[in-house]
Amino acid sequence: MSGAQGRRFPPWVGVVLVTIALVALPFALMQAGTAWVRITNFAILFVILSIGLNIVVGFAGLLDLGYIAFYAVGAYVYALLASPFFGLHWPFWAILPIGALVACGFGVLLGAPTLKLRGDYLAIVTLGFGEIVRILLNNLSEPFNLTNGPKGISSIDPVSVFGLSLGGTTKVAGFAIPDAVKYYFLLIVLLVAVIVVALRLQNSRIGRAWEAIREDEVAARAMGIDTTRVKLLAFALGAAFGGVAGGLFAAIQGFISPESFVLNESVMVLAMVVLGGMGNVWGVVLGALLLSFAPELLRYTIEPAQRALFGKSLVDSEVLRMLLFGAAMVAMMRFRPAGLLPSAVRKRELARLAQDDNA
Amino acid sequence: MPEAAAPLLAAEGITRRFGGLAALTDVSFGIGRGEIYGLIGPNGAGKTTLFNVLTGLYSLDAGVFRLDGKTMGSVMPDQVATLGIARTFQNIRLFGNLSALENVMIGRHLRTRAGVWGAVMRTAATRAEEAETEARAHALLEFVGIGERANDMARNLPYGAQRRLEIARALATEPKLLALDEPAAGMNATEKQSLRRLLETIRASGTTILLIEHDMRLVMGLCDRVLVLNHGRRIAEGAPADVQRDPTVIGAYLGGTHREAATT
Repeated sequence: MSGAQGRRFPPWVGVVLVTIALVALPFALMQAGTAWVRITNFAILFVILSIGLNIVVGFAGLLDLGYIAFYAVGAYVYALLASPFFGLHWPFWAILPIGALVACGFGVLLGAPTLKLRGDYLAIVTLGFGEIVRILLNNLSEPFNLTNGPKGISSIDPVSVFGLSLGGTTKVAGFAIPDAVKYYFLLIVLLVAVIVVALRLQNSRIGRAWEAIREDEVAARAMGIDTTRVKLLAFALGAAFGGVAGGLFAAIQGFISPESFVLNESVMVLAMVVLGGMGNVWGVVLGALLLSFAPELLRYTIEPAQRALFGKSLVDSEVLRMLLFGAAMVAMMRFRPAGLLPSAVRKRELARLAQDDNA
Repeated sequence: MPEAAAPLLAAEGITRRFGGLAALTDVSFGIGRGEIYGLIGPNGAGKTTLFNVLTGLYSLDAGVFRLDGKTMGSVMPDQVATLGIARTFQNIRLFGNLSALENVMIGRHLRTRAGVWGAVMRTAATRAEEAETEARAHALLEFVGIGERANDMARNLPYGAQRRLEIARALATEPKLLALDEPAAGMNATEKQSLRRLLETIRASGTTILLIEHDMRLVMGLCDRVLVLNHGRRIAEGAPADVQRDPTVIGAYLGGTHREAATT
């Protein structure tokens, strides 16, 4: 990916420019309101989630409709280890790997019984798994209160990096830096790490094994690929990304409850992956950003637009937002079925399907 | 013809049933080191079934395979490859959307080690291994004669090249025994000639070959020994010239007592 664009400038120029843009972004957004920085933070969380799901769906070709469960696991691990609920206040850097590891475990738990399933059947089982996790979170309040049920867990510790708490506002040289901006920088650093990890995995022996399984499982096994192991690895690594995102979510929100981890969220993350372009990390990043920002942009434009046009609000903005959203998805599937930035492979697969249909 | 004392692959009493149909009944044979061993028989004789039980795709109802003197037991397909048997498929099964080079690199999977940590950290060992994998894949593509197509999508390759790519991918696993399921199917005379030369080169490089083939001229010219199956049973084995004269074999192919076998 990197070598191709550096024709007129050396590659580091691009890196420097992107870095400057990313550093300046939250301060520019603050001019429009700190809410936009928060929206950006959640968009970044969803980018991380999408990149994780892309490992399972895009690389290994295994459909997962319960992905949000891993996000939930990561969030609850953080909440339990850093809140007054159990009186534990572990540091962020200790909890993050634990959350990733526990989510990994859940990934294997989901992966193991579904190894022989493909397509629709796999989708149904993973969907059920997502629901099981959510229902467990809702009900594990007795006999032993582990999750506090539907009431959720509150007063979760903010992240603290090198003694600097990311919660609350910090004054730097007379500037008030709100928590959202501080979290933004933490999230960007993690996002870059996550993208690098995903790209390196894709372009490795393991990544090739995933592609082989996606292409032809029988041939992959005949080549000596232990499909059981490699599939579990995809589930586990995808889940780990979800766990990391979940931990950050809990820290940023300060409060979590099972309501945040409904099926809708799984579907949304999957839509981000599909919209952006399955298998292509950059496509997935774009898809997640679009689907995160579009509803917010609509929310802020529909209401004023209606007032300007009709003098009053005719249709509730929430309703219209979902309508436009749905229409966009349908149009998308009609005109760019392989996603906005399709991976080269995915494009070819769809072309072949079209050929087969015509034949 | 080299029939070594300890064969590379020994099959004893191989039996496989599908419901009431006995696809293979008590088939025994031995393949010597460095041999090109043919497996022939009319359609439906059980050749591909034998391939599939050998490579772990189907389980055995009775009998045993011994590779290098070691009993294989009931092994999964990926373990078969690890033990040293690589195969190609009658209906080509490449990773169609990946490049020819990637196909062969995937064949190196079980002879390489890099895990998640190596991939993510790009350790020196991983980078060296990747470079070696790629170099070997290029070399194998050259070896089978499609070096210039390395970056083409596997399924955009012409038919003959796809067959060759499948062989290269199988060779990448460094097999002791290369099992080819009708590699010449659909090839014209020139392609068959060059395939024959390729298989002879592979044998010369020390790999034993098990070959299912319909083209009698290719089998007779290439194989050291052939095994003839009919209705899932062994009906003859020996040098091609002898087998060709065997009345049972002629009967199986031309009808006679087993008329239906020739037509199915």
